[in-house]
Amino acid sequence: MANRITREQVQHVAGLAKLEFTDAQLDAFTPQLDDIIGLFETLSEVDTTGVEATSSVSDQLNVMREDVADNWGQSEALLKNAPDAARGFIKVPAIIDESEDNE
Amino acid sequence: MNYFNQDLASLHADLVAKKVSAKELTQATLDNIKDTDTKIDAFLNLNEDAALAQAAKIDEAGISEDQPLAGIPVALKDNIVTKGLTTTAASKMLEDFKPVYDATVTEKLAAAQMITVGKTNLDEFAMGGSTENSAFKPTKNAWDQTKVPGGSSGGSAAAVASGQVPVALGSDTGGSIRQPASFNGIVGIKPTYGRVSRWGLIAFGSSLDQIGPLTHGVKDNATVLSAIAGHDDHDLTSSTQAVPDFAADLNDATSVKGLRIGLPKEYLADGVSDDVKAAILAAADTYRKLGATVDEVSLPHNKYGVAAYYIIASSEASSNLQRFDGIRYGYRAKDVQNLEDVYVKSRSEGFGDEVKRRIMLGTFSLSAGFYDAYFLKAAKVRTVIMNDFKAILKDHDFIMGPVAPTPAFGLGDEIKDPITMYMNDVLTIPVNLAGLPGLSLPAGFSNGLPVGMQLIGRPFDESTLYRAGYAFEQSTDFHTQLPTLGGQN
Repeated sequence: MANRITREQVQHVAGLAKLEFTDAQLDAFTPQLDDIIGLFETLSEVDTTGVEATSSVSDQLNVMREDVADNWGQSEALLKNAPDAARGFIKVPAIIDESEDNE
Repeated sequence: MNYFNQDLASLHADLVAKKVSAKELTQATLDNIKDTDTKIDAFLNLNEDAALAQAAKIDEAGISEDQPLAGIPVALKDNIVTKGLTTTAASKMLEDFKPVYDATVTEKLAAAQMITVGKTNLDEFAMGGSTENSAFKPTKNAWDQTKVPGGSSGGSAAAVASGQVPVALGSDTGGSIRQPASFNGIVGIKPTYGRVSRWGLIAFGSSLDQIGPLTHGVKDNATVLSAIAGHDDHDLTSSTQAVPDFAADLNDATSVKGLRIGLPKEYLADGVSDDVKAAILAAADTYRKLGATVDEVSLPHNKYGVAAYYIIASSEASSNLQRFDGIRYGYRAKDVQNLEDVYVKSRSEGFGDEVKRRIMLGTFSLSAGFYDAYFLKAAKVRTVIMNDFKAILKDHDFIMGPVAPTPAFGLGDEIKDPITMYMNDVLTIPVNLAGLPGLSLPAGFSNGLPVGMQLIGRPFDESTLYRAGYAFEQSTDFHTQLPTLGGQN
């Protein structure tokens, strides 16, 4: 294996993406990602000197509109989709706990 | 009740003449889905009560001749949001998600008085080419239930091909309408980027995604595209270009005489199966007989499309899928003690493996130290690939080639090997990178499985593709052959 990406790097990227993997998953993912990154590296064969990057293929440019507030009046339906809600608010676990204080 | 062999114009005529009511048609569709879906597994969710109520209303008001789609049942890929009707993107993350608004295409179908009968299966968040990445179940090919239906719009394609519904909508980021259409022997279009609003399409790769119709025939496809296309204030990448009545010009006089067609040699290269090559070469002969010229042309950077795409699409996906954090909607892990755990555990438990792979690839490609070498390089290669197409389309009316290198493969055959799976998209991906329209239509068979042909056009020139597709359909009989399982066959 060419080792374009190490197990530690995979763990680092997982942290950035807010994902976590078990050891067994890391064993499976690391070589797969390594192979795919190998495929990505074939792009170095293309001479892109002086070529502009394309980020959009839309024919619309800088479309402006008035910034108008719109009340959809659907707070109840929206809250129904929340995993946990109370008194018109979305409920989440404590944002700061002791384990985070220690970090 | 048998309407499997009818096109939309003939169904419409029956509805206008009251030979059948919208309610009867809807009920027959729902019954037929229930009968056949035990074998096909195309649907994730039916909209039974609302569909029947809507049909009854339409019957009460009556259907006039200027409402060509009124009372016609339609199925929506389950990454298109439908107000109050569960929309899952085939992900555990959205298993119980009830949208609070309709996608623009959903609204447009309702305005045309089409009846949404249900939501179809897909690869989770439209990531995949076999519908095996659905968190709920794999869909089966309409022609052979041991084969995949393709993907990611596999549910929509199998539903149309097996006669469950006359029309379905899919979405196409790298081939997800065209390849399943090809695998199931039906017609599917990936419209020009910006032709159809993406508002309410659960975002995957925002610079690549387009919604389009899947149907049995070219003319039906054209009719539905006209109904869903057009500028939308909610999607500022949607084009202000006028939307033609695409079906209006399709008739016995439709001709390709004098058109110049490019056939890229890379589209018949190694990796494309012999039967697929033979079907495309035969189609080229058909076009020559119809008075068009077919030239060999070259897309020299085509082979870099897959690598560029998997960087760009995965990067966009890793950004788009950040919103699934377990807070406001979607899956939240149980027994979590702090906010970081809500994010990490909800995402790790809620997403399937392929989605995680793409998020990882995208996050890696965008991360500090790798951005220039991967994301920026891919965005530049995208420009190079676009220029290849521009050069050909300057003096050719459209490009023809296969949709996929092979016909449908076996369920379970490729799902363990991501690179093999990614390479299946080599002929469809470049079209998304360039934002061009691509039409997939039946062009042959290989061991009893359908083989599709792809027509690629200039931006916003879906008209030429439909014209050429219709002319081909008129001189061949591939589209009239139907799978034996067809619910009504």
